[in-house]
Amino acid sequence: MMTLFHRYCSAAWPGFLLPVLIVFASEGLAGEKWPPPVEDDQVFSSLFIGQLEYRWNKGPDTLAWEDVEGWIGGDYNRLVVKTEGQARTAGPSGGQAQGQALYSRLIAPYWDFQAGVRYDRLYGGPDRSRTLAVVGLEGLAPYWFHVEPFLFISDRGDVSASLEATYELLLTQRLIAQPRFEMNVAAQDVEKFGVGSGVNDIEFDLRVRYEIRREFAPYVGISWTRKLGKAADLARREGEEVDNLAIVAGLRLWF
Amino acid sequence: MARERPGGLSRRRFLQCTVGMGLLSGLERIVPAYAWQSPTAGTAVSTSKDGTVIDLAIRKRTIDIAGKDATATTINGSVPGPLVRLREGQTAVIRVTNRLEEDTSIHWHGIILPADMDGVPGVSFPGIKPGETFAYRFPVRQSGTYWYHSHTGMQEQLGHYGPLIIDPAVPEPFAYDRDYVVVLSDWTFEDPHKVLAKLKKKGGYYNFQKRTAGDFFRDVGEGGWRAAVSDRLMWGRLRMDPTDIADVTGYTYTYLLNGLPPGANWTGLFRPGERVRLRFINAGAASYFDVHVPGLEMTVIQTDGQNVEPVTVDEFRIAIAETYDVIVEPKEDRAYTIFAEAMDRSGYARGTLAPRQGMSAPIPSPRPRPLRTMADMGMASVNGEHGMEGMPGAGGMSMDGSAAHAGMPGMDKAGHAMAPEPSRQGSVMHGPDHHGPGNSMVAMMPRSRLDEPGAGLVDAGRRVLVYGDLRSLTPGGDRREPEREIELHLTGNMERYIWGFDGKKYSEVKDHPIPFRFGERLRLTLVNDTMMDHPIHLHGMWMELDNGAGAHKPLKHTINVKPGERLSVEITADALGQWAFHCHILYHMDAGMFRVVSVSQSGGEMKG
Repeated sequence: MMTLFHRYCSAAWPGFLLPVLIVFASEGLAGEKWPPPVEDDQVFSSLFIGQLEYRWNKGPDTLAWEDVEGWIGGDYNRLVVKTEGQARTAGPSGGQAQGQALYSRLIAPYWDFQAGVRYDRLYGGPDRSRTLAVVGLEGLAPYWFHVEPFLFISDRGDVSASLEATYELLLTQRLIAQPRFEMNVAAQDVEKFGVGSGVNDIEFDLRVRYEIRREFAPYVGISWTRKLGKAADLARREGEEVDNLAIVAGLRLWF
Repeated sequence: MARERPGGLSRRRFLQCTVGMGLLSGLERIVPAYAWQSPTAGTAVSTSKDGTVIDLAIRKRTIDIAGKDATATTINGSVPGPLVRLREGQTAVIRVTNRLEEDTSIHWHGIILPADMDGVPGVSFPGIKPGETFAYRFPVRQSGTYWYHSHTGMQEQLGHYGPLIIDPAVPEPFAYDRDYVVVLSDWTFEDPHKVLAKLKKKGGYYNFQKRTAGDFFRDVGEGGWRAAVSDRLMWGRLRMDPTDIADVTGYTYTYLLNGLPPGANWTGLFRPGERVRLRFINAGAASYFDVHVPGLEMTVIQTDGQNVEPVTVDEFRIAIAETYDVIVEPKEDRAYTIFAEAMDRSGYARGTLAPRQGMSAPIPSPRPRPLRTMADMGMASVNGEHGMEGMPGAGGMSMDGSAAHAGMPGMDKAGHAMAPEPSRQGSVMHGPDHHGPGNSMVAMMPRSRLDEPGAGLVDAGRRVLVYGDLRSLTPGGDRREPEREIELHLTGNMERYIWGFDGKKYSEVKDHPIPFRFGERLRLTLVNDTMMDHPIHLHGMWMELDNGAGAHKPLKHTINVKPGERLSVEITADALGQWAFHCHILYHMDAGMFRVVSVSQSGGEMKG
């Protein structure tokens, strides 16, 4: 500060500019060149692949991915992408995929509010797709249940909802059992996507993984799904299984 | 019990001083050598005369840690950096040259100095740019054991720290024959930015001591189904993990003693019967240590560089950034292990005191990982857990202190919940503000825990130092009653790894420093709403810990606040300028547990 003062004093500039210049210079020094003492608003990112697995089904086997979530952002506001889907590994190629792009905001210590869009696609048979608006919560409920209740409205006005819940049970520090429950309900029939009004399906899974590292955990498990009500009727009509018990094996990855 | 008047010395102390001087004069040539055993630890840089300049250069260097190449941020080529030795009364001139490709800085931890010499980029100065040299110049007005470290980014985790000793102008009131610095720290081969990124994604990433199904069935076996289930349900309902003792653990850390891993066994020599002064400094980035020397009792004579009434213990917990000076008297012709166990028991640092080089003593086996309790959650005392539990024999101190100062107005600590300072005794109900999404829990009934040794030490079976034991050797100079009180809550969200005060990160309040009025005496009350211990550090001014010691409150630069604890410190705001105030867990500080304190004539908000 003193050196600046002397520099400006010795310069033959109009005196009335002096205070202005000093204020400007000190603002510049303090405001621009001083770094923040801590950088607590950094942007972080993560890509988590909860399930990447082979499913030995009652029907044709599938390769499936689920609970895939990537995010980028800070502590409170994030951009989140999610995807799930499966592809047949035998017979005619075909499958289904779903992707979501969401804005996510921490609204309570354990809860993110999320809203955005979802895109569904069926392929192999008839190619079909639809876009949905998404709103929901992702968070940790009491007793350590990770839950995701979500509401969807399709581009045709069809309303549906889903609930997922998972729990982690530590058998040892690295051998971890993860039970998982999923349920889908709908307000209207959407036959093209095999959706009937009411409860469509429920799913119970159990996967047991071994965390070689936190980022790399192979697992085996079972997955039981059962279609219900109108959705079950639609499945029967299409010649699909109404209930399925699959043996699964895969990897849980984290980047 | 008689206490010294200011400037006075008891007869006993006077005799100790005389003995001390006699020995010191003979040891003058030996003591500064410090017997650094590490090939990487630097030599002492000492200056005892005014005008002597100390030069420190910061550079990246590959060093060997436990047989692996480690790229460290070194000071004069070593980790820890060289011992900087000053003398009370001199003017220190220390030139720091940045040989890195990024900014750096040195903060003189615990030193009372002008604000622009404090070395915090963004608060005291702009930092030191690559290739530049910054000359620190400040009058040395205190003595004792301190340390210094980078306040830039995460360089501290990369080895940018070292010990700082200030020799007193008058002889010290204790005698010793040998003097060793013991710098405890933690090293990771990971990039600390990646460590923080992992914690942001998963707060429990480094915890491999969680409770498992096996633990559950063991608990059922020991206490029955009902107790085991209700315990799991209780923690589950709160969404808290009782095993969350340390965020970063021995999974990634190699714990170091004077820069050496346990296997390298740093050794300090003694002759049986000698009094050995050990200056413990916790320079860890995220590790608390529990220190004991099996077979020896330790007499604590200083903490944070300030003399305290000697208190003899078997073990003490050293929070991050604290210092403790102890004297041990090994009488046998054998080796003694200096054992510094990480608070979560996931590893340890170790050294040896021995009559000859190459000796070692058995290393204690690790103790079980402690669990958090209801008291840590800030709940009313349950399960019979009370503050007095685990109090060492020497712990009558606080009662003693009350008696000695019962005549002083406002200093009476004898009445429990009725005491004028609620911070000391009893608990205070948490207010309605739960601090928003950045905070996942509130301590409903936070209370004083100054007489508790802390997690994992309650049943240590030996005398463990507690804050209630600490009494400043000389009474404080400022006996004014605090004019006002500032209350800050330590908050955090472990799932998101957000840390702050009152639910806010630094960046959320950076334009609103905490205002202190120059010259005022104030009480700062800290309430820990989180489930972790936090070492809280105030720059530029002493915190006098209100632990019931009356006029003999210990002076601290760093205070550990236990989970669910409410404590108070008194501060004389005698240092103009902007000062950092933060949690000294590096990852908590970098996640936002940081504030700027602004001391100004007006006491209003002042922007530098």
